[in-house]
Amino acid sequence: MSKKKLATVWLDGCSGCHMSFLDMDERLIELAGKVDLVYSPLVDNKQFPPDVDITLVEGAVSSEEDLHKIQAIRARTKILVSLGDCAVTANVPGMRNPFTLNSVYDRAYRETASLDPGTPDQIVPRLLPYARPVHEVVSVDVFVPGCPPSAEVIYYTVSELLEGRQPELSARTRFGA
Amino acid sequence: MAERRTIVIDPVTRIEGHSKITLHLDEQGQVEEARFHVTQFRGFEKFCEGRPFSEMPSLMARICGICPVSHLIASAKACDELLAVKIPPTAEKLRRIFGLAQVVQSHALSLFHLSSPDLLLGMEADPTKSNLFGVLERDPALARDGIALRKFGQQIIERLGGKRIHPAWVVPGGVSNPLSQQDRDAILQTFPEALAIAVRSLSWLKGTMERFRDEIASFGNFPSLFMGMVKEDGGLTFYGGKLRITDSKGQVVADGLDPKRYFDFLDEKVEPWSYLKSAYYKPRGFPDGIYRVGPLARLNVSDRCGTPRADQELAEFHELQRSAVLSSFHYHQARLIEIVYCVERLEQLLNDPEILSTHVRASARPNELEGIGAAEAPRGTLFHHYKIDEHGLIRWANLIIATGQNNLAMNRSVLQVAQRYVHGDKITHGMLNRVEAVIRAYDPCLSCSTHAVGQMALHVQLLNREGNVLDEVKHA
Repeated sequence: MSKKKLATVWLDGCSGCHMSFLDMDERLIELAGKVDLVYSPLVDNKQFPPDVDITLVEGAVSSEEDLHKIQAIRARTKILVSLGDCAVTANVPGMRNPFTLNSVYDRAYRETASLDPGTPDQIVPRLLPYARPVHEVVSVDVFVPGCPPSAEVIYYTVSELLEGRQPELSARTRFGA
Repeated sequence: MAERRTIVIDPVTRIEGHSKITLHLDEQGQVEEARFHVTQFRGFEKFCEGRPFSEMPSLMARICGICPVSHLIASAKACDELLAVKIPPTAEKLRRIFGLAQVVQSHALSLFHLSSPDLLLGMEADPTKSNLFGVLERDPALARDGIALRKFGQQIIERLGGKRIHPAWVVPGGVSNPLSQQDRDAILQTFPEALAIAVRSLSWLKGTMERFRDEIASFGNFPSLFMGMVKEDGGLTFYGGKLRITDSKGQVVADGLDPKRYFDFLDEKVEPWSYLKSAYYKPRGFPDGIYRVGPLARLNVSDRCGTPRADQELAEFHELQRSAVLSSFHYHQARLIEIVYCVERLEQLLNDPEILSTHVRASARPNELEGIGAAEAPRGTLFHHYKIDEHGLIRWANLIIATGQNNLAMNRSVLQVAQRYVHGDKITHGMLNRVEAVIRAYDPCLSCSTHAVGQMALHVQLLNREGNVLDEVKHA
């Protein structure tokens, strides 16, 4: 049997869900026997390939770049997993939503910097007015809450999906876990 | 060659966070300008406004999943100032243990999971193999050592804080729970293996240096200032101390600087092409005030580590270059020496007779309206600065993160590597991977530095001035 294609991606998050993925420790070696990690911040072969079996998405959709990326990834993925509270609810990135974008920029680039203050606007992607959970912009197949979900939960989720089963997560993780 | 051109590397891979690099080539195909763009922004300094200060450690930890403990510590220290309490001695020691355990896991991630593919397989290696799994195929023992060393640090964090990532255990006034004897004894069991791994990894790394003489000469090998905290005796410290700044000749430029007066001697510049601000040493102005922080800088400013094995390694490290170690390639070796120090120091702290004391938290209502906390995070000095109102709600916050303090040096390093390796109109993977590898040496944490994250495919296009594609590389 050929190996399944696994991808991981981070949008607007803290990388904690990816660190929890690495917290599988020696089980990473076992996992490498079952899947090819075809796209991830942890590997260099980064053109998101077609026909990916499972993609784990960390983070909320906060910038124009995040939006374009997740749309392209959705089109190339069979099972899309919202991994962690930022992907599931927008969580911490969503805390900026009650503020105007300009007031958020001004704190960082005008009020606390004294040389050449101003909002960066060349080359860098524009932020969307609101940070949003992944399922508000593309369809999501599996939701795994947690900040971050534990390595055990990630291992269980990926293992069940590889076996063709729907993971039963309600007793295993929760928001803020 | 008649046209000026721009090369865009998007994104830099195997680093934490989202960035790209642009290289501007003149008519002769020589790199004349290089820029490292950080393309993420979240705005923690604004959206914490109106929230209770007591939430800050746990909220600010969410800036980064790699070094949440550093944010917990710097934030809690700022909150200690707001309470105006002196925290119990055992609480301080437990926080130190927490911080050192994190340095081990974060440094292990940087060296083994992110950079070891370049060091083991080479800068020109097949990009489909340049990752931890490729290392596992070529040298399974090395990959397993990296996994085990990261796990060593993460398990200490889990035993103390209840979970590996984003534990809520560090609180204003101390820590929320004491250490049990059972957990202490279990942690102590793991030390011999951790030290053995750190020491043999250092010999492996030193053994590879000969292959990278050319890279060492051009990977951020230039004069700059260095900044780091030191103890009163000039020794290496992570939890707290005064700041020392030294120059490229190893001379002390400033010493005994109080981190709570950071705004007197540090300033930040905004560039319109990056979400990452550039910090500089104010008395020298911009850009002469360029300084570096993190492992290389800490070992340059410290007189000693203060533990036996690490001090042996430090003496050898200082032999690498006269006066001060200037090449950023040596961040890798500095990182491993710090791991040795952390493992040795952790063992001392865990054997401290006071460490099991149950008096681990001081409580008070807020007594001050402004607080500043600073600590050495894995990547360099970290500052959290809060102002609150009389109800304890945050009115204003400012964060200065290690990676921003290396921004000028990272930009200059990218230029140096690009000028050495990138020429002409044909792009090769090896050229570009070296430009990325120098960034990896700094181990930037871009979710920290701009408090946001993102990632996309590496896709490089060589364009002429009219925007026509001359050459194209995709890492696939």
